[in-house]
Amino acid sequence: MSDTHSESVAFVRDTFIPEQPAPSSATGVVKWLQDNLFPTWLNGLLTVVSIFVIYKLLASTMPWMLNGLWNTESLAACREVLDGTTGACFSVITERWNQLLFGFKYPQEEYWRPLLAFGLMFVALAPVLFFDLPRKLLIVTALFPFAAYWLIWGGAIYTPLLALAGFVVGYFVYAAFVKGSFATGFFGGIAAALVVWIIGGMLIPEGANDTAMLKAVPSRDLGGFMLNMMLGLTCVSLSVPLGIALALGRQSDLPLIKIICVVFIEFVRGVPLITLLFVANVMLAYFFPPGSGVDLFLRVVIMITMFSAAYIAEVIRGGLAALPKGQYEAADSLGLDYPQAMRLIILPQALKISIPGIVNVAVGLFKDTTLVSVISMFDLVGMIRGPILASTDWNGVYWELFMFASVLFFVVCYGISQYSQWLERRLATDHR
Amino acid sequence: MTTLTDPPKGAFRLSMLLNDTRYRSFTFQGIALVLLIVAVAYLANNLMTNLRELGLNISYEFLGSPAGYDINQTLIDYDSQSSNLRAAFVGILNTLLVAFLACITATFFGVIAGVLRLSNNWLVRKLMAVYVEIFRNIPVLIWIIIIFTVLTAVLPGARSYLGEDPEKDLLFGYFALTNRGIYAPAPIWNAGSGVVVAVFIASIIGVFGYRRYATNLLYSTGKLLPMGWPTLALLIVPTVLAFFIMGQPIGLDAPDPLANRFNLRGGIQIGAPLIALWFALSIYTGAFIAENVRAGIQAVSKGQTEAAAALGLRPRRIMNLVVLPQALRVIIPPLISNYLNITKNTSLAIAVGYADITATLGGITLNQTGRAIECVLLLMLFYLVISLGISALMNVYNNAMKMKER
Repeated sequence: MSDTHSESVAFVRDTFIPEQPAPSSATGVVKWLQDNLFPTWLNGLLTVVSIFVIYKLLASTMPWMLNGLWNTESLAACREVLDGTTGACFSVITERWNQLLFGFKYPQEEYWRPLLAFGLMFVALAPVLFFDLPRKLLIVTALFPFAAYWLIWGGAIYTPLLALAGFVVGYFVYAAFVKGSFATGFFGGIAAALVVWIIGGMLIPEGANDTAMLKAVPSRDLGGFMLNMMLGLTCVSLSVPLGIALALGRQSDLPLIKIICVVFIEFVRGVPLITLLFVANVMLAYFFPPGSGVDLFLRVVIMITMFSAAYIAEVIRGGLAALPKGQYEAADSLGLDYPQAMRLIILPQALKISIPGIVNVAVGLFKDTTLVSVISMFDLVGMIRGPILASTDWNGVYWELFMFASVLFFVVCYGISQYSQWLERRLATDHR
Repeated sequence: MTTLTDPPKGAFRLSMLLNDTRYRSFTFQGIALVLLIVAVAYLANNLMTNLRELGLNISYEFLGSPAGYDINQTLIDYDSQSSNLRAAFVGILNTLLVAFLACITATFFGVIAGVLRLSNNWLVRKLMAVYVEIFRNIPVLIWIIIIFTVLTAVLPGARSYLGEDPEKDLLFGYFALTNRGIYAPAPIWNAGSGVVVAVFIASIIGVFGYRRYATNLLYSTGKLLPMGWPTLALLIVPTVLAFFIMGQPIGLDAPDPLANRFNLRGGIQIGAPLIALWFALSIYTGAFIAENVRAGIQAVSKGQTEAAAALGLRPRRIMNLVVLPQALRVIIPPLISNYLNITKNTSLAIAVGYADITATLGGITLNQTGRAIECVLLLMLFYLVISLGISALMNVYNNAMKMKER
């Protein structure tokens, strides 16, 4: 049988040809270029246009950046040194970095205080952002607000200590009563904290601020990027619990509470942040008791917190709605009451779903803190447009300053959104 | 066997207000109502006391008195003797104008960037990703100020276009880019222009009629008429014919470099604040829309495209009949909330001096009359009406587009 073929077919190969390397047009750089840059005629045109755009951008910015000056004393000096050639005047950043970061009134010799608070912020945020870290670090997180307040504003240590004492007492009262019913524990805790604050407020000696270890700095002296960071962090962390409460209220069966929450959320979401800041600036003072003199920083924090709470409430409502109904029914069938069901079953899952949305709101809010410059607070944008561009030395240095501001915001916002994407991948429990 | 049990029929006891679920909701709502009333009364009392101490009252009479300031960009007649109410109205129209313009261009940028982000061209994909990330992560206020600065600091003054032998020629003979804004030609409507407009409107109606006829023909007989070129022809040809038959009744009033020694005259001037706000809002929101568009297209599963291809549809029809209708269902709701954001972000006009409602009513009028509470309340009312209106439209649309599941 084997030689029938040798009769009818001229040649039969009986060994494999050794594997050849792929032709150069199907591998390596050429193949990649062909697939990704020039797959079709039209696409190739697009590539050429993009390369041209990139070239134009680089050609116009690179000489300016590379030729930049870092150590002159004013724009006029910059122009003198550059002598007609193109080049940036980054000296404004080396000379005014302190004003850009801390505002123009924060005392120079105290810069270590906000910097230390900034460093502590990372330690405090770490256990919140990364679940693998030891849970004991949460103690730092709990202490951070008081420490940061004391570091940045200075003054007598009694105020933050008293605030902390109120929270600690409130927590212990809550822990003691919560076994009986959540409501007793919750309201008992609040009452206990209030008692501590009122009694303690009487005990603080007059003029404690004058002899304090850290020099007191009034709120109106805060400014620069520090102000943006403070507003962003404070308002987001305050608005998350408020947002949870509003979202639960909106889902509630009690019509009155539902109406209050819906009206609040829709009202706040319907108006721009700037009008709320106007309220903080010109209107809110009228609603406090006469002579209480609540300062602008606090009024702005109140309004921005309300603003972001409404948005976070909508995000969390989405999370609550996305939970399967079975979860609610399972909690009911276990005999849990409403606070138990929410705390143990519903909220942990709903919040997990809402984290990316909350982070989005946080990024948006952080960007929106620049709006306070409109009501004449000197945040980063306010500093640039106000004192720095108005000074005779630096009048006209637009690009360098706005580039600096953009880079700061970009780094923070891009960082947060990358974190959010990482977290989303980690929390993804559905196997698709 | 039914397991329904009657509720216990005991006499009502006071402790039931806390322990019985039937009555507990009344307790909580009662407490909430009392707290609400106390809070409102407290705030109102503070307000009244403060106002009395300062000798102020709440009154809207200032709306009728002369505003006393000028507005450089108005859509309706306005001078400094007009009332504050009219100034506010000018502001409202300006707000709506910039919001409308920005919505259109933002959609344009967003759709292009979103589609290009899915391109199979590596370079284009990366370039668009850079655009989206850069613009999304930097505050819109900074963008508005940067673009405004570019317009005012980099562009030449109007003077360089003036005179017999100007430093700069008008762009295409019609446009002048100056640091005060863009000068563009304005149309002049001469006698007979009405006929041209009428013909144009009639041809638009004709296009709709033709398309409907073609669709009906397709459904009843299966005969496919061409759609693209007849539409274009119907739109252009009759109007152009009418234009020339009537003797070119519509002219252009271009900015004239010789009419005045100090400024360009003629045409329309689009102020630098308006352009800065318009452009900044468009590219900033465009970056967000690009992400929505990308998500929407990616949300249509590949099986849909393949199924349509298996049925023998051509790529263009797959896009029009299968992919787009499903993608739009995902894209439109966030798109509308982006429009809402644009409308609210127009309030940043105050940073570059564009006379929108926030700058007129909430800015100059507020500062001149000192009527802070009234002005801020009116301002909020305006934005609230706009936002709730757009939300209501969105709900109507969502209900209409909801996946009909049977």
